[in-house]
Amino acid sequence: MPRSSFINSTLSLGLLLVIWHVVAILVDSAVLPTPALVLNTLLEAIRSGELPHHLGITLYRLTISFILAMLLGTAIGVILGRHQKTNNFFDSWLIILLNVPALVTIILCYIWFGLVETAAIFAVVINKLPNVIVTIREGAKNLDEELIQMAKAYRFGRFKTLRHVVMPQLYPYVMASARTGLALIWKIVLVVELLGRSDGMGYQIHLFFQLFDITSILAYTVSFIIVIQLIEMTILKPLDKQAQRWK
Amino acid sequence: MNRLVVDIKSKRYPKLDGKEPFTAIKNLHVELTDNEFVCIVGPSGCGKTTLLNTIAGLDLNFDGSIQMDGENQHIKTSYVFQTPRLLPWRTVLENIQLTHENNVPLATIKNLLESLGLSDNLNSYPHHLSLGMQRRVALARAFSVECDILLMDEPFVSLDQPTARKARKLLLDLWQMQPRSIIFVTHDLNEAIELADRVLFLSESPSTVVGDIMVDIARTERTVEKIAAFKHQIKESHQHLAHLI
Repeated sequence: MPRSSFINSTLSLGLLLVIWHVVAILVDSAVLPTPALVLNTLLEAIRSGELPHHLGITLYRLTISFILAMLLGTAIGVILGRHQKTNNFFDSWLIILLNVPALVTIILCYIWFGLVETAAIFAVVINKLPNVIVTIREGAKNLDEELIQMAKAYRFGRFKTLRHVVMPQLYPYVMASARTGLALIWKIVLVVELLGRSDGMGYQIHLFFQLFDITSILAYTVSFIIVIQLIEMTILKPLDKQAQRWK
Repeated sequence: MNRLVVDIKSKRYPKLDGKEPFTAIKNLHVELTDNEFVCIVGPSGCGKTTLLNTIAGLDLNFDGSIQMDGENQHIKTSYVFQTPRLLPWRTVLENIQLTHENNVPLATIKNLLESLGLSDNLNSYPHHLSLGMQRRVALARAFSVECDILLMDEPFVSLDQPTARKARKLLLDLWQMQPRSIIFVTHDLNEAIELADRVLFLSESPSTVVGDIMVDIARTERTVEKIAAFKHQIKESHQHLAHLI
């Protein structure tokens, strides 16, 4: 029932806005502006071109690091999932990577590579990579051996096997790590920008923090949430449907 | 003239996870010539599937050789497994086309599917089909591939009797239209006698060929009674096979 679920989420979001509005009026302080004020600031920031500029830069970093992390993570995950010995050997590396705090990798990247674009993107990729690897590895471990044997008996070759036998089975795992990845990566991108870049959403929010401009912080956040939701609805969901049509 | 020689000196499974090392096949020699239809029968667990997997090149870890026309080159096989093993995310047509190295004309595939009663299911996904139909798709896939030898591993095992009988008839029809060497593994001697030119008996593991019997009844005359009589005759004339029948 797509219609009722649409009404449902509209009502739920509406309620949230009402609560926000009521609390803001009761508190009556600069630290919690009303939704209307935030919306005004948002529109103003869009009109001035400032928000689109910084949002664009952040989305650019997000896209590059997302694609790199997904490609690398899938490749490494498949290798580790298919080769038990390699997996046993590198497992401890993965555990270390998973446990290094994001802040530490970011700072180390900036110190080692300097305050440059490459360092920023590299830091994001390093933070996302282990999660992708772990998820894809799980999928690669659970591949249907019978179908792989079939592919071998009929001489599919490496590329055909990967495309028609392995990837369709990994698809749910790739989608899962893409979804969680998007949420994780944009949070990390903001921290990376805050620490060592002079543009992007993270930099802007840092600036507003120093100016104590809560309204702008909220306006930027709202815009970002909307963009991420749009990506989810216009790219990820249709991709999911496309790949699941055989079910 | 094609001639397949399978000569396995020994196929061992190494000691693994506390399981004892295990010799599945020992001194097994099989020859097939000129589009012969050979059935292999033997007790369950005697290494029949292992044998097919070594011939198909799925298991290279054995001592011996498998040669086609005296050459050690890679043998082109086609394989019908115990389960259909179709790719669930590809349609019937795609499942068949994927196994082809060169483009086979669509009409050829359509003809083949039509002769198997699947002409309406070209674009169906496998799980929309019954098990019997999926098996027929697997059969079509196996026959549509150019190959030196067709391997079949109890392909009709979980079908009900009438469906299995129909499937066997389809198989023989296809084979007569497109002759090729077939090794057909089964545990059912009746099925073997109904289908084969020659029936090979495998012993318990470590398995080896203990009986090699020509079925000298014309295929059109292989009725239930004649098959039963032939079976009885084997029991009489080959005492040492009695425990395998």
